[in-house]
Amino acid sequence: MTTAHQPNQSSKSTSHWLDRRLVLFTGKGGVGKSTVAAATALLAAEQGKRVLLIDVDSTGNLAALFEHPEVGFIPTEIYPGISAMQMDTEDSLREYLNLQLRLPLAGRVGPLANAFDFIASAAPGVKEILTMGKICWEVRESLEKRAPWDIVIVDAAATGHVISQLDSPRAIRELVKVGPVANQTEWVIEMLADPLITELHIVTTPEEMPVSETIDLVKSLKTRVDVPLGNIIVNRVLPEPFNRADADIFSNLETTNSLAAIEKTAGLGGKKVLAAASLAVSLRRSQSKHIAYLRQSVDLPLVYLPYLFIRDHGLRVTRVVSEALGYEMGTGG
Amino acid sequence: MDGSTSTAVTTGLAPLLATREILIFCGSGGVGKTTIAAAAALAVVKNSSAKVMVLTIDPARRLADALGLESLGNVETRVPDAALIDAGVAPKGELYAAMLDTKASWDDLVTRYAPSQEVADNIFSNDLYHNITSRFIQSHDYIAMERLFQLHSSGVYDLIILDTPPTRHAVDFLDAPKRMADFFGGRLLRWLTLPYRTGGGRGGRLINIASKPFLKIADRILGNAFVEDIAEFFINFQSMYDGFVERSKAVEQLLHDRRTSFVVTTTLEGAPLREAEAYCEQLNNRNLPLGALVLNKVLPDFLRDSLGQKASAVFSDNPAAVAKAIASKGADQSEMDAIARVLKTAADTFMNYSLVAEREFELKVELSKRPEMMAAVPLLVDDVHDLAALAQIGDRLWAS
Repeated sequence: MTTAHQPNQSSKSTSHWLDRRLVLFTGKGGVGKSTVAAATALLAAEQGKRVLLIDVDSTGNLAALFEHPEVGFIPTEIYPGISAMQMDTEDSLREYLNLQLRLPLAGRVGPLANAFDFIASAAPGVKEILTMGKICWEVRESLEKRAPWDIVIVDAAATGHVISQLDSPRAIRELVKVGPVANQTEWVIEMLADPLITELHIVTTPEEMPVSETIDLVKSLKTRVDVPLGNIIVNRVLPEPFNRADADIFSNLETTNSLAAIEKTAGLGGKKVLAAASLAVSLRRSQSKHIAYLRQSVDLPLVYLPYLFIRDHGLRVTRVVSEALGYEMGTGG
Repeated sequence: MDGSTSTAVTTGLAPLLATREILIFCGSGGVGKTTIAAAAALAVVKNSSAKVMVLTIDPARRLADALGLESLGNVETRVPDAALIDAGVAPKGELYAAMLDTKASWDDLVTRYAPSQEVADNIFSNDLYHNITSRFIQSHDYIAMERLFQLHSSGVYDLIILDTPPTRHAVDFLDAPKRMADFFGGRLLRWLTLPYRTGGGRGGRLINIASKPFLKIADRILGNAFVEDIAEFFINFQSMYDGFVERSKAVEQLLHDRRTSFVVTTTLEGAPLREAEAYCEQLNNRNLPLGALVLNKVLPDFLRDSLGQKASAVFSDNPAAVAKAIASKGADQSEMDAIARVLKTAADTFMNYSLVAEREFELKVELSKRPEMMAAVPLLVDDVHDLAALAQIGDRLWAS
């Protein structure tokens, strides 16, 4: 079987991608963003890196991709070298009040949940900043050797929400001009913009909606947010069954004479086999169209991951995707 | 593609589509929920003389165009009969569509329910209003419920089909009206805004920060001007409190009404299916009427054909023999090799797709044991962005 796409060796931004300290993944719901984040974690861990994997979306089956039960806010080792945590903005606020503002008062304000609900609802961006703040804090702790992570990998919010998350430090800084929060947005903004530390990848599939959302997202990211962009990872790419010469031979098989010969030697099912191949050709052609459109619409490197026929989910899939990703991206470092 | 998806285990949704007044389509991202909702609306218009409104959330641009939503968006628009007839649908009913624009809907809402123009203006000019309506994720959920309620209580439509917002917590959006009402009526908010209301208006620091530990923290974190802005915003918004409570109760009632049903859309893949099952469970827990399951993008049944499996084994085990039978008389070895290679690839392809189709079929059989109605829509090679393609899907939904 021929693959249409050679490993991506062209662009600088694909090399050493695992040397970043903060690697974020976003993408439309349903494109396999979590699987790609998990696969990246596996790849990094196999290089001997200590990984913190953060699940921001609370659909939370990231741990299941390692056959591990759900995890909470406290990082828990789910695989050798990989610890995972589930983002929880309320826990994040509690930690922030205690650690950053040294407000032991927090415990006595009565039900913190109520107050938190109030702030978070009244001041949009608060939940988002608590998410980004916690992520960046883990990175900073690791840079200053207070946390063991070599790399923090984030299964970030979906395309619809990721901008407000990445943009939240700036949004908060605009709303709150003075005080400790204003000061602390500064280093978060700097860290997110630092190309030596941070890289954001977008996961998509070669279908209409995911591609058009990706194109829109790249545009808004470039205009609204200062975050270094990495690759567009095109997931679930179907194999191209035939090269051009073989495609001609294949279409000859569907002529009456050939079909009669096929049915004689292989039985009446021969037609079904050809129909399946024909379906595969059409589906792949449709994907190619979307890939071509994506390629001409964005100027980021495209990386391709194959559709997996064999398995649907679980650690086996994570492992197979991880191998494909390592091959396509280069293991770097 | 012949689209011969098995009809054995699916029944179609005709009874549901024909009798309900509100159908709410849920499902995880990427399963084609918006397309399915629009196709269902089209099927009803094709088969009955109903006035049907489909309220979509985030349609693909070309689908929006097909529904005539390109320029009008938030406003309810009739899909012209001529367009339907062009697509091969002779409509018995009338099809309307609207796209949910959160910001515009909020503006409408404030204009309609604010006690005075002055309050409305105050709300519009508050910086936080813009933030709340455009960034606050739950505001999207709330406004979807609000629109649904408005459309239904207008009495204009026989059936309203709602495509639900992409939400991270399954059916939480259903709670949005109640959450909003609780929030505005909450003790916390009353207590917080009290110094303002008794103090009478802005100007000067009316909040006694020291008296409230919570404000002391909020002030330290956020800065005082910000806290004042928040308070002012909520005082204005609170004037609409009674309306929020009233409508939240009405929406709650409407969702539990026999005239309402939920339709869960999924593909037969691991992750979406797990989420679909979670939706079903949550609806059940809330005592909300789950009416149907729609299985989308189902692979055709011929991929599971046993003769096909036999033939692919022959292709795979002995491609040279088949190639020899096919090749023309004077064909040389390299031509035969090429044909053999193509046959082998076709066999591999069949077996790959067959495996997925088999997995899908097992899931379908398992799902058919559920009490809900079920429809299966075949995988389409091309994207759906015209009414003709929607009508095709609509037919499968109506009688699967």
